[in-house]
Amino acid sequence: MAAVAQAVEAHAHEEQHEHHELSFIRKYIFSEDHKTIAKQYLISGIIWAVIGGLMSVVFRLQLGFPNLDMAWLKPVLGQWISISAEGVGKLDPNFYLALVTMHGTIMVFFVLTAGLSGTFSNFLIPLQIGARDMASGFMNMLSYWFFFLSSLVMFVSIFVETGPAGGGWVVYPPLSALADANPGSGIGMTLWLVAMALFIISSLLGGINYVTTVINLRTKGMSFDKLPLTIWAFTFTAILGILAFPVLFSAALLLIFDRSFGTSFFLSEIYVNGQALPNQGGSPILFQHLFWFLGHPEVYIIILPALGITSEVIATNSRKPIFGYKAMIFSMAGIMFLAFIVWAHHMFVTGMNPFLGSVFMLLTLIIAVPSAVKAFNYITTLWRGNIVFTPAMLFAIGLVSFFVSGGLTGIILGNSALDIQLHDTYFVVAHFHIVMGAAAIFGMLAGVYHWFPKMFGRMMNAKLGYAHFWLTFISSYLVFFPMHYIGIAGFPRRYYQWSGFATFDSYADLNAFITVAAIISVAGQSIFIGNFVYSIFKGKKAPANPWNSNTLEWTTNNPGHGNWVGEIPTVYRWPYDYSKPGANTDFIPQHIPYSATPESNLAHENEMIADEKEIEKIKFDVNIPD
Amino acid sequence: MTIIIGILAVVFLVMTFMVLSKTQSLLKGIRPTEAAADDNGEYVDDANNFNGYAMFGFWVLSVVGVVWSFLHYRKDFLPEAASVHGKETDYWFWVSMAVITVGFFVVNTLLFYFAYKYRFKKGRVATFYPHNNKLEVIWTVIPAVIMAGLVFTGLKVWTDVMADAPADAEVIEIMGKQFGWQVRYPGVDDNKLGKYDYKLTNDAEGNEFGVDFADENSFDDFVNPSVMHIPAGRPVLLKIRARDVLHSVFIPHMRVKMDAVPGMPTKFWFTPTQTTDQARAELGNPDFNFEIACTEVCGRGHFAMKLILVVDDEASYEKWKREQKPLLAMYPLLIEKVPTNLKAKAMKYLPVEEGVDPVVAEEAASTGGAGSQAALK
Repeated sequence: MAAVAQAVEAHAHEEQHEHHELSFIRKYIFSEDHKTIAKQYLISGIIWAVIGGLMSVVFRLQLGFPNLDMAWLKPVLGQWISISAEGVGKLDPNFYLALVTMHGTIMVFFVLTAGLSGTFSNFLIPLQIGARDMASGFMNMLSYWFFFLSSLVMFVSIFVETGPAGGGWVVYPPLSALADANPGSGIGMTLWLVAMALFIISSLLGGINYVTTVINLRTKGMSFDKLPLTIWAFTFTAILGILAFPVLFSAALLLIFDRSFGTSFFLSEIYVNGQALPNQGGSPILFQHLFWFLGHPEVYIIILPALGITSEVIATNSRKPIFGYKAMIFSMAGIMFLAFIVWAHHMFVTGMNPFLGSVFMLLTLIIAVPSAVKAFNYITTLWRGNIVFTPAMLFAIGLVSFFVSGGLTGIILGNSALDIQLHDTYFVVAHFHIVMGAAAIFGMLAGVYHWFPKMFGRMMNAKLGYAHFWLTFISSYLVFFPMHYIGIAGFPRRYYQWSGFATFDSYADLNAFITVAAIISVAGQSIFIGNFVYSIFKGKKAPANPWNSNTLEWTTNNPGHGNWVGEIPTVYRWPYDYSKPGANTDFIPQHIPYSATPESNLAHENEMIADEKEIEKIKFDVNIPD
Repeated sequence: MTIIIGILAVVFLVMTFMVLSKTQSLLKGIRPTEAAADDNGEYVDDANNFNGYAMFGFWVLSVVGVVWSFLHYRKDFLPEAASVHGKETDYWFWVSMAVITVGFFVVNTLLFYFAYKYRFKKGRVATFYPHNNKLEVIWTVIPAVIMAGLVFTGLKVWTDVMADAPADAEVIEIMGKQFGWQVRYPGVDDNKLGKYDYKLTNDAEGNEFGVDFADENSFDDFVNPSVMHIPAGRPVLLKIRARDVLHSVFIPHMRVKMDAVPGMPTKFWFTPTQTTDQARAELGNPDFNFEIACTEVCGRGHFAMKLILVVDDEASYEKWKREQKPLLAMYPLLIEKVPTNLKAKAMKYLPVEEGVDPVVAEEAASTGGAGSQAALK
């Protein structure tokens, strides 16, 4: 069996580009190599996560301890902390809104879209399908640098004098269109829109590349029914992005027109700052439809890659095939399709026609079915496994728990009648932070721990990984679970403080508790960042296949440009042959032909041996064209 | 409360250390196997058992925490519904909550129990179990059936809540602006809200609603009481709008929430079941008030858009309405906006000209109102 693995490497392979050295800039900065680009996305994502996380600490301090003296933050936040006559520092309410807005924007787009999908789609697609690189390395490079530009603009917007955008991450007009209504809607909002436009370009360049690569560059024998679930997830994610992001682009563009060129797409009958504006006939609801037409698929753009990563990590570390491989693909396909037709459940009480509300409620609750199937399949995969708790596995199990706990409350929020009371309360905040925030972050962390050895050729410290997991897992639940209670009591979101209302003047203890837990969970990430940075340079050298995994990326050691020295391995079997009865080892990688494993083949697999010759005869031009 | 949390935290910490030290000591004896396994790419380390136990331990503690915190905090959950549909949606909320709570406990228990039970043991081989179509069908159908049940009950409630308001509903206009709620009543004479045009809005002249005084229905409209009054026991239809940015009318006790949208009037009707006095008596809190809040982010003062809502019995409500001064009476200069042919009709709402007795303006307004009502009959 091992002989087969080595056989492919025996072919001396001549590829000119492997010989001439790339300059530093081409190799590490304007690189066209998918692995480098993946690392660029990952590190950018981590930096953004730190910024977004710290922002949440500031507004959590405000919410947990409304009377706290924040004068000590003055050196960082400057004018946004006002010092009263007694010397007590207070956070500016406009900046509070800006923090909430930027936290949402950063986490949703810059961390969980670019940081998650950008990292792992880039890293894993070529390596797992057996390709030397993306279909277009140049487009891939452009994709990252558009993202970088977008990051830069968004980052700059934090520091403008009137503050960054402050109308919530959904940037509903008219608030986001009228600088008179909110200082953040001035230059801050302009920069937000520019950054998002660049982000969408980046996302489209990336997504088109992912889909093209998966369809066209699979290695010999890698038929669609042999693709790892990660690849299915990344492909569905990319399709979602390609179809949904242009709609956000149109919304952003029309908003730019409304803001700067006097059009009235979203503005109508407005009297602000002592003046009636001339705009008539526009509809703020139209913007919400356009926004959520992306916004809802976006949450699946975030969660699907995390679920794909989880599938791979759970199967590998349970030493079992993923349960219901086909059901997993169909449920992801179902989720992808339904993701496009449930957007208006964000708008039940916006004044949209109530009949539409009924339709969207029906469609929304249907999406619970494929989601439930996925959760059950993960759990059945654990059943009678032989579970190895690598840090990645811990995070993957944490993800399943979050996905279940957070998903269930979606059943209540998706019910339009019950949503009347809960819409825009902390119940919603709890729901989506668990189901797509914590779950997706856990998927991302699972991916980092799992593929770090392949990315950097070194191992991360496992003990620190366990500590990181337990701290993050417990504190995340402690942050988000109590928010359900606050939400059921009716506390609205995006409130600077609640004590003005007798109805919301309870739960001060719970809010303080959440803040403490949030600070612990954010602080706990320093364990991860320390481990990550240290391990890149000083970690233990990683073997080629540290987790005894089946997928193709583990067949190459320290992949350089082109990924495999010599020929790309041919694929003969699905990626989940773990603990196969009769086999010598508890895993059989995808590139091992059935003819080499007569002891473990199932009846129909023995018949497939005849096809192996056919597969080997396939002539693909798998070399990078340039 | 803080003390309890503190104690719990200490207990958890102590337990964590105990478990950790226990595992450490247990593992000391079996260290050598680790090195032996290492050369084979084996990566199962000495913490594996700890992590397995901790998975289930975490879940046991979580169940305790969830149950305790639920019991401890539930007194502030869903404050007693004070509207007809509110009682209905609350009922279905708790039904759905029961369903998902069962799901929450069952699925998480299986997840963490399996994680613990099937933790790595040397020599054991995992079961090769790639699929089972019957199982897949079962757990596709069960959630589908449950969802169908929830959808149909939800649809029915939703349709009822969103149906057109009954004809006898008390119509009141509520308008969001940065940062406050403003209310306009149709007045006691014609009980009709006059037209408005946002272009007529003029804060300086007192016409914050942009009321169109070319429409005679506007003359008796009164606006902006310091608190909003509604009658108990019959439908109230809120005509909702916003004049600058999005707002959202949220009356927590009434289970009312609807966005206020500039340029697109919305509505929500509900039937209050309790007067403020009854609620105060029931809660034993003489300071209790129904409140209206904003739930669509609208800028700096979003968190402070409060309006007190007073639910009266029918008699006090009608009495209160008659005591209110029409907008025209409060800002007599608005008479300028009334077209000449209607000036005579509008005149009687002006305090100075209309007042029979030279009394305080308030009384003048109310007598004016009562007088014209009599005249109409």
